[in-house]
Formats: sequence, structure tokens, C-alpha cells
Amino acid sequence: MSSETGKILTTDGIPLEESLKQAEKKNKIKAFLLVAPLLLFLIITYMIPIGDMFSRSIDDKMVTNMLPKTYKAMETWDGKELPPEEVFEAFYLDYKILVKNKTAGKLQTQLNYEKNGFKSVLKKLARKQKKFEEGNYKEQIMKVHKRWRNVEYWRAIKRRAPSYTYSKYLKGVDMYSNEDGKIVQVSEDRRIHRILWIRTVEVAFFVTLFCFLMAYPIAHLLATLPMKYSNLLMICVLLPFWTSLLVRTASWMILLQQQGIVNDFFVWTGLVADDNRPEMMYNKTGTYVAMTQILLPFMVLPLYSVMKTISPSLMRAGKSLGATPAVAFFKVYFPLTIPGIGAGCLLVFILAIGYYITPALVGGASGTLISNQIAYHMKSTLDWSFASAMGLMLLTGVLVIYWIYNKLVGVDNIKLG
Amino acid sequence: MSKKADFVKFDKVDKSYDGKVLVVKDLNLDIEEGEFVTMLGPSGSGKTTCLMMLAGFETPTNGEIFLDNNPISNIPPHKRGIGMVFQNYALFPHMTVFENLAFPLKVRKMSQEDIEKKVDKALSMVSLGGFANRMPGQLSGGQQQRVAVARALVFDPAVVLMDEPLGALDKNLRESMQYEIKHIHENIGVTVVYVTHDQGEALTMSNRIAVFNDGKVQQLSSPDKLYEEPVNSFVAEFIGENNTFGGEISEISNGTCKVKLEKGEIIANPISVKSVGEKTTVSIRPERALINPKDKMDNNQKGKIEEVIYHGDHTRVRLNLLGNSEFILKVPNSSQNLDIKLGNEINIGWNSHDARALDPK
Repeated sequence: MSSETGKILTTDGIPLEESLKQAEKKNKIKAFLLVAPLLLFLIITYMIPIGDMFSRSIDDKMVTNMLPKTYKAMETWDGKELPPEEVFEAFYLDYKILVKNKTAGKLQTQLNYEKNGFKSVLKKLARKQKKFEEGNYKEQIMKVHKRWRNVEYWRAIKRRAPSYTYSKYLKGVDMYSNEDGKIVQVSEDRRIHRILWIRTVEVAFFVTLFCFLMAYPIAHLLATLPMKYSNLLMICVLLPFWTSLLVRTASWMILLQQQGIVNDFFVWTGLVADDNRPEMMYNKTGTYVAMTQILLPFMVLPLYSVMKTISPSLMRAGKSLGATPAVAFFKVYFPLTIPGIGAGCLLVFILAIGYYITPALVGGASGTLISNQIAYHMKSTLDWSFASAMGLMLLTGVLVIYWIYNKLVGVDNIKLG
Repeated sequence: MSKKADFVKFDKVDKSYDGKVLVVKDLNLDIEEGEFVTMLGPSGSGKTTCLMMLAGFETPTNGEIFLDNNPISNIPPHKRGIGMVFQNYALFPHMTVFENLAFPLKVRKMSQEDIEKKVDKALSMVSLGGFANRMPGQLSGGQQQRVAVARALVFDPAVVLMDEPLGALDKNLRESMQYEIKHIHENIGVTVVYVTHDQGEALTMSNRIAVFNDGKVQQLSSPDKLYEEPVNSFVAEFIGENNTFGGEISEISNGTCKVKLEKGEIIANPISVKSVGEKTTVSIRPERALINPKDKMDNNQKGKIEEVIYHGDHTRVRLNLLGNSEFILKVPNSSQNLDIKLGNEINIGWNSHDARALDPK
């Protein structure tokens, strides 16, 4: 019975909507409290680090902070001709403090990134500036090295004025902004990152393809075999999951190396000559083989869970209606497994694109991926801002793939189980 | 066109899955063209296995199946041209109703025009005219069932197999679908082999029923014969309700025999007994035993009423008769049977012809 205003009331006279809200409020709070720990955990361990990575990748405050007076004096300089005396003086004062604090090395490195040959000029200045007299610093500095008369070097300093930069991202795709502020490619012999990006996508694509080709029959068998056999097969599929990634990769190294078991077998069967053993490791082949094996369960499981729900009577129905087994498979069975294929491929591709340990161990020079490059910059060159920039580019790439996938197939169609 | 009496023929067919147990034993069965034959039996009796062998999803271990005089054991399912309706419909969930029905026609490379015509006709046959563009998931169970039937018939197969097609429907829908399938069969005259464990379904729909038990056909006959004249105690027990007495033949003569029970003696119709001293089970249908019979009947006994259950149009009465306390009577709900009260003693009579002395259980 609704009242005259059209609102439905409960027997106590409270509007039904309100009553429902109150009744469900408690459940909503309970549900939120249950997910709260995970939410907090995600924010602390995922959102904050990514935010930090981002700020680190565009952060360029170091030079700005080292030369405060210089940049203040440079504000009015148009960069066309040599800067006025105030800029020289400010630079001398800033640099003097840096030399005194023994932090001039950092500046030298940073400015050398910007303009080749800057390091030696600055080093010379560090030695000579002790004998500088007060006044007319422009003359004195220009006397130390003739490059100080070149306006290019001053422009290089000015370019580092902003405290934020996207140069690391440019570097990630083998580009940089030159002296005129134009974005150009680096010289051909130094373009290493683009090759790595292309190789990473290529490896991820083929690993996904190989995983799919191998997982589909396995998953089908798993879904159709009687329980006692399928359980055994399932354990065989899952066994690698329970083994350490490092152990698995190491065992591939034992198998694939030139004096390894696979090569020994080839030689024994006479397939290859003993002095002509093929290299199956420390190149792309090794990366493909090991990664496919390691990522296979991620393809098998979604496929299996989808195939399990497909009634065997559908194939029978197809056949009884006159379709050959092949037609019945492609018209009836295969379309029904697409949600599983989508889930498996997306999962394997995303995992493969950021894979690290396996390519690092068996990849060699031609089998390393972008993640190895990121690790290299984090551990060896200590250029964390560049590593962060590349990490974020990788993350963005994955998100773009996810977006495209969603547009093409629809994420709602994914079935993981 | 004369109808072939052995359009579908099972010839000495055996089937074993594990090499130890025979699921189907020495099956011989002829099905006439245009006939509606039901395979009826409890689960595990081999009836579905027979159907699967006919469809081609199982191969006979021994013997041969003939379709229109051609042996078909070596023909794969898709070349047999047999339509099939599956237990859970097996509609293709990613195709519309139209595409489902068009599937058998497309694989036969028919023209688009013919396909549309045939699908339209099949859909109107099951009165689903406006549903061509729905997905199977958007249909109710009964509608899905009709689509499945239409799909099995749309390519004009010689034989249609139905594997418990109504098992998943509720009672009312099941009954109306029974009539619908029966009418479709009558209209288009296709040969139907139907599997069910529901005897009511079998009795209403079939021309003939094959009762399966233990891998064997126990009896193959028309529904009325099956009910009225079961040839053994399994069939008598399985089809309809049944009162039984276990005893021993004490006298046998032309057309009648005397059976000695633990308490008393009855006159019966010897069906599968031949000599004095044989053990037997006597089967009497509940509606064949009458209370206070007006006409003279050759069996007359007194029984005590132990339970009365009201069923609306009739009343079920449980009696203790000749030591059998499970003797059931079905009494029509009319004014002359008012003295049925718990504890009363009443006179029961039946003709010896209706008391069939069968094999002992």
C-alpha cells in the first residue's frame, strides 16, 4: 500500500527507502572493514611507490639547488649572447661553495650529460678558482678555458634551470632535446632502448603465442579426462608452480647450455656434429624456451576453468547435426573458449612484458629485455630517475594494452575461474 | 510407400565399457519406420547406452546396428543423419536461436534462402515464431527444449533420438511438452527413439515401449499391453502399481493355476510358470480388485483396512490381505463406497485372469 504522496512506507511509518538504507548500512560498513586492510596495503605498497617513482623520474632539482645564485642571475638573460658579469659572479660564488663542500663532481657529471666536454672545463675551473681575485669574474673565468667564451656552455647551464624535466622519458625512447630545445633522435649507434622495447614486445608476443599453442590441448585434455587422470595431469601442470623460479631457470641452463643435456642428446642422435653444437642459451632461444615453460600454467589454468564449464554434449550435438569434428570444434567449441583465451593471453603477455630473472639468466646479450635494462640502471649506473622513467613507461604500456584489450574483447568476457 | 518394419535394427548387440561387465546384453530390437519407440528403464539399465550407440557416440562391442538395412557401426555420427535432442538441450550458447537451427543446414551447404525458409518452418512448428534472434540464455527451460526439438528436426533426419529431453522441466510443463512432442511426431511422421525413466511419459507418448533392465529388453510391446499384460515380475513392478503375493504352484490346469501362499490359497493366471511346485509371484493391479463385487469372481477374500489415504478423485486403501499388509486398492470416489473406515473388514474379489502368476522375484 503506498501512501498518497506515492512513497511506500513500512508498517512503522518510515519511508521504505530509508529503512532499507539503515538495514543495509551495517552490512556495508562490515564489508568495507573487511576490505580495508587490503586497501591500506595496496595504497602503501603500490600507490605510494608508483607516485614516488613518478616524482623521481621527472625530478631535476639537483642542479637547480646546486646553483641557486646563478639561476637567479640568469632569469633576465635572453641566452643570445654571453651572459653579463652578474651571472659569471653568481656562478663563481655557487661553484666555490660546491668545491669547498666537495660536491662539485655531481654538477660536473650532470652538466656533462647536457654538453659533452663540460666536465674538463669545470674541473679546470675548480683548480684555478682558488687564485681568483675579487671583481671582474667574467674575464677571469673566460681566461681559465676558452670554452667559457662559447655561449653554448652557458645555454647548457640555463637548460637545467627548471626543477622538472621529461628528458629521462625522451632518453627511454632514444631521443633528447638538443641545444636549440628541439627533440631529436640520438645518433644511430647509440639507439639501444628502442631495440629493447621492440624486443620486449616481440618476446612477450611470441611467448604468449607458444604458451597458447601448448596450453590449449593440455587444458582440453584436463577438462575432458576422467577425474583420476586429470588430477595427475593437473599436478604435472602445477608442479612447476611449486618450484622456485630460480631453480627452474637454473635447470634450463643445465639443459640448454652448449655442453648441456639437450645438446648432448642431439649429438648422440647424430642430429648435429659434436663440434657444431647450436647455441640455445644466452640468446633469444633460451629466453623463449624458459619463459614459455615458466608462464605455461598461467595460460593453462584460465583455459581449463573455461573448458570445464563447456558441456561435452555440445560437441556431440554439433556432430549429430552433421558437422565434421573439425567444423564442430571451430564453430562450437572454440568460440566458447574465447573468454579463457583472452584471460590467459592477457595474463601471460603482461607477465612476460615485465619479466626479469629468466631473461637475465638465460638471455645473454640478445635475449635481455627492458626490465633488465631497468635493473641495470638501478644497480649499476644508479640513475634511479631513468630507471623510474622506464618503469613507468612499461606500466603505461601495460595499461594501454589492457585498454585496447578491453575495447576489442571486453574485460567482462575474461574468465579466470 | 510401405513402411519398413525394421527401419532401425539392433542385431545381437553387446556393449561393455570395461571388458568385465556387459552394459547391454544380446540386444535385438526392430523399430518400424515412423514409429515412436521409448526405451524405458531404471538408471543404469543400458537404455542411454543403446541410444548413444545408435547416434554413433559409442560403438557396439559386438553385433551390428542397421539403419534402413545399412550397417552403421563404422559410420561416424556426423554422417548418420540422425537428429538428437540431448538431456540438457545442448543448445549452442553463443549462437542465436536462428543460428542454432541454421547450423545443421549450413554444414550441409544449403542456400541462405532455403535455410531461412526451413528455420522459419521449424520454429513455427514448435510455436516459437518470434524468437529467432534471442540467445538461448534468454529463453525459459520449456522454450529451450522446443528449440532443441526444432533443431533436431530441421534437417529432416530419418530418425530422431531423444535422451530424457523433459527431465529438467517442472511437472506441468513436462506434461504439455509430452503432448507437443507427440503431436509433432504424428504430424511429420519421423521415427523417434525416446529414452526416459519416467513411465508416465513413456505410456502417454509411445507406440511401443521397450522396458530395459540389467542390459536386456524385458518386454517390448504397446503401452496398454505392457500395463495390462506384463510378462515378468520386473515389468509388472516397474510399470504402474502392483500388488504381489509370493507362493508356490499347487495345481495347474488349462488356463488357471492354484497358488499356495503362506496363509491361504488363490487362483491365478499362469504366465511364466509351467509345473506344480514352482515358486511364483502373483501380480494383481490395484484397480482390478473390487470391494464387495456384485458379479461372481473366482477369488474372494476378506481383508482388514489398515490405512486410508484420500486422493480427491479416488481413495487409496491399504489392506492386510492373506498376510500381505501392503495390498493396495484404488477406490473411485463415489457414494457406494462409504463404509471404508479404518479397521473395517471388507470383502475383496478379483478374477483369476487378472492375477498373473509370474517368475519369482
